[in-house]
Amino acid sequence: MITKRIIPCLDVKNGRVVKGVNFKDTADVSSPVLLADRYSRSGADELVFYDITASVEGRSIFTEILKETAKKVFIPMTVGGGISSLDDFERVLSAGADKVSVNSGAIRDPDIIDKAAKRYGSQCVVLSADISLVDGRYTVFSHGGRVNTGIDAIEWIKEGVLRGAGEIVVNSIDTDGVKRGFDIPLLAAVCSAVSVPVIASGGAGKTDDFIELFKKVPDISAGLAASVFHFGEIDITELKKTLAESGVHVRL
Amino acid sequence: MVTIVDYGVGNLFSVASSLSKLGINSSFAKSADDILNASSVILPGVGAFCDARDKLRNSGMTEALLDAAKNGKPILGICLGMQLLLEKSYEFGEHDGLSLIGGSVRPISDVIPNDYKIPHIGWNALTFSENALFKYIKNGDFVYFVHSYYCADCGENVIATTEYGAPLTAAVQSGNVYGVQFHPEKSGDVGLNILRAFCEIKG
Repeated sequence: MITKRIIPCLDVKNGRVVKGVNFKDTADVSSPVLLADRYSRSGADELVFYDITASVEGRSIFTEILKETAKKVFIPMTVGGGISSLDDFERVLSAGADKVSVNSGAIRDPDIIDKAAKRYGSQCVVLSADISLVDGRYTVFSHGGRVNTGIDAIEWIKEGVLRGAGEIVVNSIDTDGVKRGFDIPLLAAVCSAVSVPVIASGGAGKTDDFIELFKKVPDISAGLAASVFHFGEIDITELKKTLAESGVHVRL
Repeated sequence: MVTIVDYGVGNLFSVASSLSKLGINSSFAKSADDILNASSVILPGVGAFCDARDKLRNSGMTEALLDAAKNGKPILGICLGMQLLLEKSYEFGEHDGLSLIGGSVRPISDVIPNDYKIPHIGWNALTFSENALFKYIKNGDFVYFVHSYYCADCGENVIATTEYGAPLTAAVQSGNVYGVQFHPEKSGDVGLNILRAFCEIKG
């Protein structure tokens, strides 16, 4: 039986993990390579790297970081941030990424999904969407959640799957950073709309939030979080043990 | 020397990195001669079957691979690399494979229940009987899968399965030719131990 995945997300800027990292026992807490290795050893099922640099120079540093990580860490890596062409896919895949996530780039040019799926296979193409409830309708936002595109989120995700996306990351803007749990209604709506795996993002504050996620949305494939892992508020080894005790099938 | 077939498809970097982690020297095969000179051969691959098969043909390495198999050299196909070893694939039409192992590549939607997500992505448990490839791991160990097609009708060549609403072929073997549907290079210590065992198999 397939296991539910726990995925830490690392935002990388100029070669460092940003957005709050605080481990007392790790000397260099913002080294992406060290942090990735730490998470891998504590039982993370996969890693997500987001490139949040805008400069060409920052991008090449990011690619080097990926290569360094892929030399040491032998679990799947998904890479996102600033992906808008097949060249971007090629650049990160040749540096050791297994999957590539598109967000604003796909909103600007949805054909990127079809082209990438054709060249690398659907299993390689992840559609990531930042979603907020606006006037009773789930709506897609672009540019890191700042710009309301007016696009219906459920329709957009369905279209992404038809175009060839093999996996969906749903990031709820409404629960992100609030740490009061995942956006259960939104995630349930997405899971019932598509037949590809769906990853939940935004809102994890404590272990119980992950238990609630997997119990209330049984079709969800994975839970993703950043700061609760970076700050050591949730230890991945402990989290997976507790999930297993609660009847959630995980890899221990 | 272990050689990794470089025909423009697949995650060569990660395969080479995991061998390097194990202290095993590897090189990339770009020509038939490279395969001829290798002690064992790894055939990776991601993407679509017919593209990959055509790229392999155009690289001039298909014949060398068939010869290597005939001469008893250990060969390991990974993911799409495993699927290429079979006779036929029904991904986007009907295409011939290398026919080193009997069987055909079919959509997993043919055999699993409707409510299962496709692709089959994530960590799933292996069930296997004793085999040199698995000598360093135990039954029930988890490995990482990412695929929408699977190897069907492989008969007695199936050496491991995984459960996803139905038993799916996880590994095959015919003589010195092995194939794994999962990604050992992305399956943590369990995967590294499978690669270590493969590299110890002598041709």
